[in-house]
Amino acid sequence: MTVAAETPRQPAATVSQRIVRFIARTPVHIALLVIAVIWLVPTVGLAITSFRPRDKIQATGWWTTFNDFAFTLHNYDLVLDNAGMGSSFVNSVIITVPSTILPLTIGAAAAYAFSWISFPFRDTIFLIIVALMVVPIQMALVPLLRLFRDLGVSDWYVGIWLAHTAFGLPLAVFLLRNFFITLPRDLIEAARVDGASNLRIFLRVVLPLSVPALASYGIFQFLWVWNDLIMALVFISDSDLFPMTKRIVETQGTFGAEYHLLASGAFLLMVVPLIVFFALQRYFVQGLLAGSVK
Amino acid sequence: MSSQPVPGPVGRPRGRRLPAIFRHQGWQGLLFIAPAVILLGTLVAYPLVWTIVYSFGDTNSRLDIVSWVGFDNFERLFTRDRVFLDREDFPPEGALVNNLKWAFLYTTISLGLGLLIAVLATRVRYESIIKAIVFVPMAIAATAVAIIWKFVYEPDPDIGVANAVLTNFFNVDPIVFLGRADTVNYAIIFAYVWASTGFAMVVLSAALKGIPEEIIEAAKTDGANEWAIFRRIQFPLLSLPMAVVTVWLTINVIKLFDVIYVLTGGGPGNASEVIATQMFAELFANGEGGYAAAIAVVMLVLVLPLMIWNISRFRSERVVT
Repeated sequence: MTVAAETPRQPAATVSQRIVRFIARTPVHIALLVIAVIWLVPTVGLAITSFRPRDKIQATGWWTTFNDFAFTLHNYDLVLDNAGMGSSFVNSVIITVPSTILPLTIGAAAAYAFSWISFPFRDTIFLIIVALMVVPIQMALVPLLRLFRDLGVSDWYVGIWLAHTAFGLPLAVFLLRNFFITLPRDLIEAARVDGASNLRIFLRVVLPLSVPALASYGIFQFLWVWNDLIMALVFISDSDLFPMTKRIVETQGTFGAEYHLLASGAFLLMVVPLIVFFALQRYFVQGLLAGSVK
Repeated sequence: MSSQPVPGPVGRPRGRRLPAIFRHQGWQGLLFIAPAVILLGTLVAYPLVWTIVYSFGDTNSRLDIVSWVGFDNFERLFTRDRVFLDREDFPPEGALVNNLKWAFLYTTISLGLGLLIAVLATRVRYESIIKAIVFVPMAIAATAVAIIWKFVYEPDPDIGVANAVLTNFFNVDPIVFLGRADTVNYAIIFAYVWASTGFAMVVLSAALKGIPEEIIEAAKTDGANEWAIFRRIQFPLLSLPMAVVTVWLTINVIKLFDVIYVLTGGGPGNASEVIATQMFAELFANGEGGYAAAIAVVMLVLVLPLMIWNISRFRSERVVT
């Protein structure tokens, strides 16, 4: 190592030592301050803009709001009603809830079998499912469009539910299986000895013990579907069924850079994920990290 | 509790009335996985094979294959399509080259910034606040990220904050970030780095905290300064998490779509086009199903090595059998 004689750093004991250490850390504080500003300003700017009247938005920067105070909820009124974000909010919920519950339940059942039932080719099938985890959705677009048209489900939500479920499944199976195999073997064996069926063990033993893993995946998939644009672009063609992401894109296409609409629209889209973030931060972070293998 | 040993792996004690097929464990396993396997088979695996078939044909607007063209779609993609790969000039341009730019810049900057913030934040008391601020954009939809940054990049310095800073503090003329072929890619890359750095930071921060305190303390006793500790101890121990983050970011680049579609739609001209946005345009604007399928196959080929790396890592960690 480089410096041999330097004394090891001790915890600062006195006030003066603390001040010295604080000053020594000044570059660190400055760097972190710059980072915090860069990370906050874009979102805060749009948030403020969403509450400013249209003529103000076009005349002066949002940062002048502090000198020239003007506040309105009119933009939200417009975007919810006239631009259709209100009904799109409902559509987003209708798309997201089944697209989360279906892969969660179907994936959990499969994950249980992959962890606690032995059957032929179990590990091979599991490996194939894991491999499907990173397949881009683009790899299925053309045939799925045809398939949904031939099945006659392209006019409603069925297509997008199915597509989200299928593309969410590999991660569900992977994550939940990795959690299920960490459950104590004795517990499962004891239930078997007591004569519990696999279905009973799955429902009464494995699922109740796996709430954290189920929550992490559930949150990840919920946010994934809620924030998705490409599936909505491809599989939802009826304008009455548009989720919020697609509605914002359409608003942008129709009205151009009208920030009183875009800012309030984008904030309505962000509300639910932000609530999830602040309310369930631990599961949220775990879910996103777990989802990062996708 | 019954302590009667039950013969074999069968869960159910003998004597219950159930069809033989259900009494065998293996069949129960297949029943449990059946819904998942059927859905994955029909909606992922079967379309995947069909996309490969499509890539060797031309389709009409109803996506029926009307003729077989062999490798012509791929040949056109790599030799005659200047939107995808323009080799007329040097350096080459086009969607594929843009993805490479992204893979290099977006990946290294997100990783570097994530590491920097993770390391710096451990030195201050407000660590959790800084980490939350940087992580929040992970929750925001790419569509909203695009709107946020479109607003930041507005050319009018009375609207866009980026140009307001440039004109007021640096006396530079406003830059039309998203309207110029030479700035548009860097502008979008920066916006997406902003959205993804939180991921790298959280992974690397967790890895940093996982390094045993005794190692750091021992180095300090030996007189190592902070830089030496970072360079010789922390950095080498972070190599696996950094590889994991890099792979995730690279997969992100290959699938990159939403943020570009909303911010520029691939423009100006085709300056910010990437593989996924071009695939979308070929399919919906040009109605070329076969050609779009060929682009999708290229995406799969690019993802494949990362998929293999992931699986081999899972296997070495015994996460996968």
